[in-house]
Amino acid sequence: MRGFFYLIKRDLTLAFRRRGEATNSLVFFGLVVLLFPIGIGASEKLLSEVAPGLIWIAALLATMLSLDNLFKEDFQDGTLEQWALSEHSLVSFAWARLFSHWVITAVPLIIVAPLFAISLSLPAEAIWVLVLSLLLGTPLLIFIGGIGVALTTGLKKSSMLLPLLVLPFYIPVLIFGASAVEVTAGGWSAAGQLYVLGALFVLGIALAPFAVASALKVSVSQ
Amino acid sequence: MQLEAQNLRCRRGPKTLFTDISFSLDAGKLLLVEGQNGAGKTTLLKLLSGLRRPDKGEVLWNGMSIRSANSQFNRQLAWLGHQNPLKEDQTAFENLSMLGAIRSRNERCAYEALQAVKLGNVKHKAVKTFSAGMKRRLALASLLIADTPLWILDEPQAALDKAGIALYEQLATEHLENGGMIIMTSHHDVAIDERFIERLILGQ
Amino acid sequence: MNIIAKWYYRLGAPNWFYPLAGKMIPWVAAIFVALLIPGLYMGLVTAPADYQQGESFRIMYVHVPAAWLSMFVYAAMAIAAVVALVWRVRMAEIMIISSAPIGASFAFIALITGSLWGKPMWGAWWVWDARLTSELILFFIYLGIFALYNAIEDKQTAGKAMSILTLVGVINLPIIHYSVVWWNTLHQAATVSKFDTPSIHIDMLIPLLLMAAAFQFLYLLLLLMKMRANLLEQDLASGWVKKIVFERQKNLKK
Repeated sequence: MRGFFYLIKRDLTLAFRRRGEATNSLVFFGLVVLLFPIGIGASEKLLSEVAPGLIWIAALLATMLSLDNLFKEDFQDGTLEQWALSEHSLVSFAWARLFSHWVITAVPLIIVAPLFAISLSLPAEAIWVLVLSLLLGTPLLIFIGGIGVALTTGLKKSSMLLPLLVLPFYIPVLIFGASAVEVTAGGWSAAGQLYVLGALFVLGIALAPFAVASALKVSVSQ
Repeated sequence: MQLEAQNLRCRRGPKTLFTDISFSLDAGKLLLVEGQNGAGKTTLLKLLSGLRRPDKGEVLWNGMSIRSANSQFNRQLAWLGHQNPLKEDQTAFENLSMLGAIRSRNERCAYEALQAVKLGNVKHKAVKTFSAGMKRRLALASLLIADTPLWILDEPQAALDKAGIALYEQLATEHLENGGMIIMTSHHDVAIDERFIERLILGQ
Repeated sequence: MNIIAKWYYRLGAPNWFYPLAGKMIPWVAAIFVALLIPGLYMGLVTAPADYQQGESFRIMYVHVPAAWLSMFVYAAMAIAAVVALVWRVRMAEIMIISSAPIGASFAFIALITGSLWGKPMWGAWWVWDARLTSELILFFIYLGIFALYNAIEDKQTAGKAMSILTLVGVINLPIIHYSVVWWNTLHQAATVSKFDTPSIHIDMLIPLLLMAAAFQFLYLLLLLMKMRANLLEQDLASGWVKKIVFERQKNLKK
């Protein structure tokens, strides 16, 4: 357990010392949101209609792109080998890395998401549901995405491979996340969608680290 | 204490790197793995540490397969690959504490280990300010906090200057005299007493 | 135990599998043709035209078996992935990587024929119907598995990575499928599902089953051929391939 907390502490310290890197995905999120009104027109009615899906897609892409370095550094400098050969399991390593990554990249994103939602004329009552759905959904995006990253970590060139591997698995999260916001904006209750998202959350958090650990084991054996 | 390799074979893609590697290593001995680039030295070390599975054969620790007694074996092992498992933005002390936490050692040892590799005076400096040789010495310090009988080291002397190599050789000799075991690769000559050394030459 | 150990050894031995697969190929091909010809004839000629869709429904005889097979191939790959990861049978990895492009092709055929069928039915080449969307996602998952394997140079590592991805996929596929079905009912309750017909006429069912069986054998045929090719490619430098080449050359000289 000590290694587990040390790792989270290390990640947070490192993220603080490299603040510039952590903000990149936030800026990306903002830019994607900015592109949509420019691409499809800035009519308030149209924007408020597509806002739930749009913010969710932007959050999904920003999260996915932030994953690229999830294990790369630890793989390249040999830290991962140290974990693989320690008495700790790689599952605890995976869990700690995924969790601290969520704190570093997704939490700021969830905090600024309401601002973008307002800029896209999303009704005020839907904003809370947006935050809630992102709270449940972004960990899933990171944990599922972590599997793809772990599989491609040992590769020299993997730029376009990660999206190809993980985007299909993001579809359920996108469906229920965006739909929760959409039905709230339409004036209905989003309880059903949020329950499903919650169930997926539990499932993903519980199972994904095992897949990540076995994928990492394959990567270090190269 | 004994490490034994039985008929190890390893393929990489279509190429067979080595086949029928057998040896046994007792306490207080150093196994020097020699061979040209691409002969599979690093891969052999990975098989011996359990990072990679041999295609054929078995590695035994005290007569038990390291596969079946994985976590017991890991507690006896300190591994150092050819990279330094260090974070540039952390200080020497923070790095060593992290490596110590992975291996469950207390922090007092980290100071001692830093003294032993002569980095005591820069322990609170960020690693990015270090030279390549200092980084390697810091990585070697992780062996001392680990306090395990078996060291498996890939090119431990890489990037070290003359004083650094002498320091490593002194640490290694101490470890062997205390009944430890070392398996290592090297491009340089190793000035450690010949009575400790056994050699394994790959690619013949 | 002895029998299991023997099979375990044999399944891992390409020099045993390669000639056996070679002997099986003509037989499998013969069964495939024997099923395909009556299936196509009955489907395209003797089966009655649909009272709603007319003749255009006949594309079903390709579309439905292809869609079934695209799922069947994935299920087979998932079983092979378990075998590959738990028992480390190399042949199972070869089977997965040989299956992925075949499964992707079946999914692609299902998508194209679905689109062709959609034009007369819905008046559009593509409708975001739940089944077509799921099929499209399945197609992408196949491509992902294939791309991952090709991206990793060390084929032993690649085989393991691909097996893990295949298993992750098999856990996710039902979730994806039901999510898409749910999403579809939310957005487009109006589309007619092609499979809602309560009972299919027996004259239509027989050719459909024949075609499905034919496609099964087509998969087996393609799989055996592809596995042989992959084995040769991977083991190019090893003894058993050299022996085969040597014997071939000797036969040619005679």
